[in-house]
Amino acid sequence: MSKVESMAVVAPSTQYLAWLRRERRGHLLVRAAQLAILVVFLVLWEVLPKALIVNPVLTSYPSALWPTFVELLKSTPQQASILTHTWATVLATVLGFTGAMVLGIAVAAALWWWNMLYKVLDPYLVVANAMPKTAFVPIFYIWLGATMSIYGMSLAISVFITILMIYSGFQGIDPNKIKLAQTFGATKGQILRKVVLPGSVPTLVAALKVNAGLSLVGVVVGEFQSANLGLGYLIQYGSQIFKMNIVMTGITILAIVSSLMYLAISWLEAAVMRRR
Amino acid sequence: MAASAIAASPKVELRDVGLRYFGLEGETEALKGISISIAPGEFVAIIGQSGCGKSTLLSLISGILMPTDGAVLVDGKPVTGPSRKVGYMLQQDYLFEWRTILENTLLGAEIQGADMAKARERASGLLTRYGLGQFLHHLPRQLSGGMRQRVALARTLCTEPDIVLLDEPFAALDSQTRLALADEITVILRREKKTAILVTHDIGEAVSMAERVIVLSRRPGRVKSDHAIRFATADGARPNPLAARNASEFNGYFNTLWQELEVHVEG
Repeated sequence: MSKVESMAVVAPSTQYLAWLRRERRGHLLVRAAQLAILVVFLVLWEVLPKALIVNPVLTSYPSALWPTFVELLKSTPQQASILTHTWATVLATVLGFTGAMVLGIAVAAALWWWNMLYKVLDPYLVVANAMPKTAFVPIFYIWLGATMSIYGMSLAISVFITILMIYSGFQGIDPNKIKLAQTFGATKGQILRKVVLPGSVPTLVAALKVNAGLSLVGVVVGEFQSANLGLGYLIQYGSQIFKMNIVMTGITILAIVSSLMYLAISWLEAAVMRRR
Repeated sequence: MAASAIAASPKVELRDVGLRYFGLEGETEALKGISISIAPGEFVAIIGQSGCGKSTLLSLISGILMPTDGAVLVDGKPVTGPSRKVGYMLQQDYLFEWRTILENTLLGAEIQGADMAKARERASGLLTRYGLGQFLHHLPRQLSGGMRQRVALARTLCTEPDIVLLDEPFAALDSQTRLALADEITVILRREKKTAILVTHDIGEAVSMAERVIVLSRRPGRVKSDHAIRFATADGARPNPLAARNASEFNGYFNTLWQELEVHVEG
């Protein structure tokens, strides 16, 4: 009767095999449709400007991106290689969301530890989270300088939502699990380490998903203002000299960076959830 | 005979215990003037309607709650906090889904800073005895409800408490598993000579498992009555719960307790 016994493997029936085939076909169909959307988008982007239905000066087109990319790979005295720009953006993003996670966990733990502190800070956190942090880009530039202001924006834009998400994850831990630990005489520190933190791992992954994306936004916006390095700067520069090829190449690389980040977090999530 | 044992040295003693919960709307009196003495090795059931403070009573004995009035004593000493002498089985297993069965069983030992090599040996011994030997490294979600509750029992007994508190430990199980597990757990606790205090609203469970049943009144909970449950058997030993349910005395006790509880429904 137990779940373990019910997992016993039996020889698959023909109906089951047919069902499996349908499942697989459905899965392939989804993938094919996803690919088709991408292809249609790229074809339209290529054809419409070429046919002069839209102005190519405004949109550039996909086939122009590769030559532009190769061009931008070269580093000149005036301009760093696009790889250097990409690295600067990725580094600032990783620093931003790592900082937001570390700070988020620490602050959420403090709020959990001292309920009074949470009660006092709650309205400030909510308002700080709702504030458009990008309004601070010019001030950060003045306060922190070119490089640090980008890290600062990357952190500022993601840290408040991270604190709020992780704290609400801590609050969501079943109080009976905490009571159980208390019956063994657990101290508050032990409850945090053995119950609250490990029990919040799914929340931590969810928070990472949100704040990694936000950090990238913070970095790019910061680079618009202050940098001479980074994809945000490259996009800003390209638009100022009206070279859409450069702008679109920068945006495409941002899209690839986001996708890779999403993939990495999905892998992490799958690895973590295997234990649950 | 039970009376003399109690007079000698009670394992657990509640002296005029009262508990009030404080809220912004006012005070709620959960328990009032409770005096109970429990002898070493005794198996006592406490029954009462929901909300009568049964579970609160266990929290007081376990030391995670302090009484507002009176005193709770274990081995003659006032309870000041959770003690290693007391093990607590909650209404559900509350196994940590991120820990394996063995790691879950070791939770108490870990928290209490026990010798982990010894605890590990004891935990796997207990789990094997409860028929879970092949699941030591499985995760809780891979186990059925009855198996999970047996893991919870192993977790409670792994720290070797003298006193085991059972707070409706079968409430979440289906009725067959419930009967079988009540039987199993009673046999285990008796064999290990634990002092056991079971809280339940199931009269049959109380009568079949315990040798003494205490009825609590409605809120604020007070001791309404205290019944010794005895079965005449050939060898004079107490029958196991499943056998007790078939004993001729069972229905008599059941009806007496039923009437005591029903008074509250009408009142």
